[in-house]
Amino acid sequence: MTFQLIGVNHRSAPLEVRERLAISEATLPEAVQRLAQHPGIDEAMIVSTCNRVELLARSQNGSADLRGFLRDYFHIQQADFDKHLYEFKDKDAVCHVFRVASSLDSMVVGEPQILGQVKEAYAVARAVGAVSSELDALVTRAFAVAKKVRNETEVGTSAVSVASVAVDLAKKIFGTLAGKTVYLVGAGKMSELAARHLLAHGAASILVANRTYERAEQLAHKFAGQPIRFEQLYETADRADIVVTSTGAPHAIFRREHGERFMARRRNRPMFFIDIAVPRDVDPEVNKVDGIFVYDIDDLQQVVASHVSDRHREAQRAEQIVALEADRFLAQLRTADVVPTIVSLQEHLETIRQAEVDRVRGRLGALTPEQELAVETMTRGIINKIMHTPITTLKTAAREQQATTVIDLVRRIFNLQQKDEKAKAEKAGGSGADE
Amino acid sequence: MPLLWLKVAVGFYAIGLLWATAAVSRPCNFLGKVVMPALGFGVVFHFVSLAESAMTTGHLTLALMSIHESESLLAFFILIVFFIVYLRWRTLSPGIFVFPLVFLLTFASSIAQQPPRFDSPLLRSGWIFAHVALIFTGYAALFLSFGASILYLLQERSLKAKQLAGYLSRLPALEVIDEIGYKSLLLGFPFMTFGLIAGSVIAQARFGPNYFFDPKIVLSLLMWAVYMVLLYTRWNSGWRGRKAAYLATFAFLAAVGAWAANYFSGVHRFIAP
Repeated sequence: MTFQLIGVNHRSAPLEVRERLAISEATLPEAVQRLAQHPGIDEAMIVSTCNRVELLARSQNGSADLRGFLRDYFHIQQADFDKHLYEFKDKDAVCHVFRVASSLDSMVVGEPQILGQVKEAYAVARAVGAVSSELDALVTRAFAVAKKVRNETEVGTSAVSVASVAVDLAKKIFGTLAGKTVYLVGAGKMSELAARHLLAHGAASILVANRTYERAEQLAHKFAGQPIRFEQLYETADRADIVVTSTGAPHAIFRREHGERFMARRRNRPMFFIDIAVPRDVDPEVNKVDGIFVYDIDDLQQVVASHVSDRHREAQRAEQIVALEADRFLAQLRTADVVPTIVSLQEHLETIRQAEVDRVRGRLGALTPEQELAVETMTRGIINKIMHTPITTLKTAAREQQATTVIDLVRRIFNLQQKDEKAKAEKAGGSGADE
Repeated sequence: MPLLWLKVAVGFYAIGLLWATAAVSRPCNFLGKVVMPALGFGVVFHFVSLAESAMTTGHLTLALMSIHESESLLAFFILIVFFIVYLRWRTLSPGIFVFPLVFLLTFASSIAQQPPRFDSPLLRSGWIFAHVALIFTGYAALFLSFGASILYLLQERSLKAKQLAGYLSRLPALEVIDEIGYKSLLLGFPFMTFGLIAGSVIAQARFGPNYFFDPKIVLSLLMWAVYMVLLYTRWNSGWRGRKAAYLATFAFLAAVGAWAANYFSGVHRFIAP
């Protein structure tokens, strides 16, 4: 049993290649089915998002030709995309799946969407019956690992865009944005974006002031806000808890004395200025007024940068979790591998023993209960002694890397392969009749 | 026995102390998870200790009369107020101030020998119990409010300096801290007021009008006055942040002074002459 993975992502391939290989939502079930039926493949799943296309499969011996499948499916020349593909096997494949689900392989490390996308891909593969046993275990474990990474590291907690940093800061000041008033001074694209973010997080009302009143009206209309004439700016600004400034004014609009006046009128309730204008609209002196917090575009970008580096640091801790979990998962699979072999070995020897005992009994005639017991004990004893070493070897092998080789060997030595296949065929026939 | 229970409680409070020390430098997830249950157990044992102490002395108020047992009782009330705050705002942050203080008070109380006691008809009155319990609740609220105003200052500083890393990034939002501080003040004020009234009634009955110039009384009144000013400035002009923190510190110092006055007051001592 081997996991195999092939794919492209935002790092390995340019958009032109990724879009060439993308599989749409509508065609995905059919593609997964075809992959599952590809020679040598037992189970399969496909994740296709705008940043990545990945084929994940379980094959008997790891030699399934995934490149060949891509070539056939997309009708492309091998050379076109070969250099953009990455391919993983076994532990590397397991690690990669865990990393993708935990959003460590994402363009923005820690972004939460990818987990949902993997979950959807899994649902599709399940629906068409392409995953059933070990691949199923792998993917469900990947979800658990993703959850663990999210809980135990801070890889996805900090905001990494200017607008979301602004929202975070507002929450740091006000606790909740519910019922807060946002004042847009200047009606640019950036302030519109910030307003949209603040509203999405619960801000209650919007005021808009702009040099050209019509533009203020337009923007206010968009957010069901209130347009205000620029001349009334200073009389109305104290109504706002959050002021977003983005005018093209050459000098600061808000100076320290304005801030002090606002605070007096607001009875010292805090006020948050987000100044995204260059040159700045808010004099840095305003930040010195008690209860007023001024963040300009540089401050916000610095927070973004520090959060990005935080994420990278946390990502390293997450990588350790992933590596550890991958080892643990594979060890579990190997133990699960060994158990059926041990069982069939025991069954195999027991059948031989029974047959031999019956044969001897036929020759000797009726035995006394004591003799009967002696024969049973002796034969059982022999078998247990013989089985002892193979079983311990199997169990140790399960804990180490070479489980598959040892399993193969034991199966071949005791000729277990054929019998199991026969049993499997019977079982499959039985369940086939049920369906 | 009461001392034993108290020692168990101190053990649990030590976890709180540990959390508070860790929180400032390097927060620990595990401690964050166990600290509230540990304190919960601590409070239960603490309560058992107080109740048993009251029962063995045969009367509620006698239990309060030594300095060590009053420390233990004060710590108990502080924790109760902290629990109320925790239930309302779900934040451990005030614990940075609360846990060490609670630990110190109960620890000092628990290593003491069985305290000497005295008996007088005065102490058998319910008034004195009301007096102590009310004042202590007031102290506890004042302490919490003081802690909150320090946290407010720290948070305001860090937001203004745009330094958002480290412990400060885990503090509750500025307005939440503000609300905790203000609500604690509001909650504590009636307790403090009625506690002082109860105290005056007792003093009046025992010493007549001459008690008034005792340092304990003067400091208590000063503390109450600052408390009033604190509430008034907040209510009238919304003082918070730096100014409010200075006032709260002043009120807190006055409260510590009033507490310390027990050592040199002529009429109000832990252990009467």
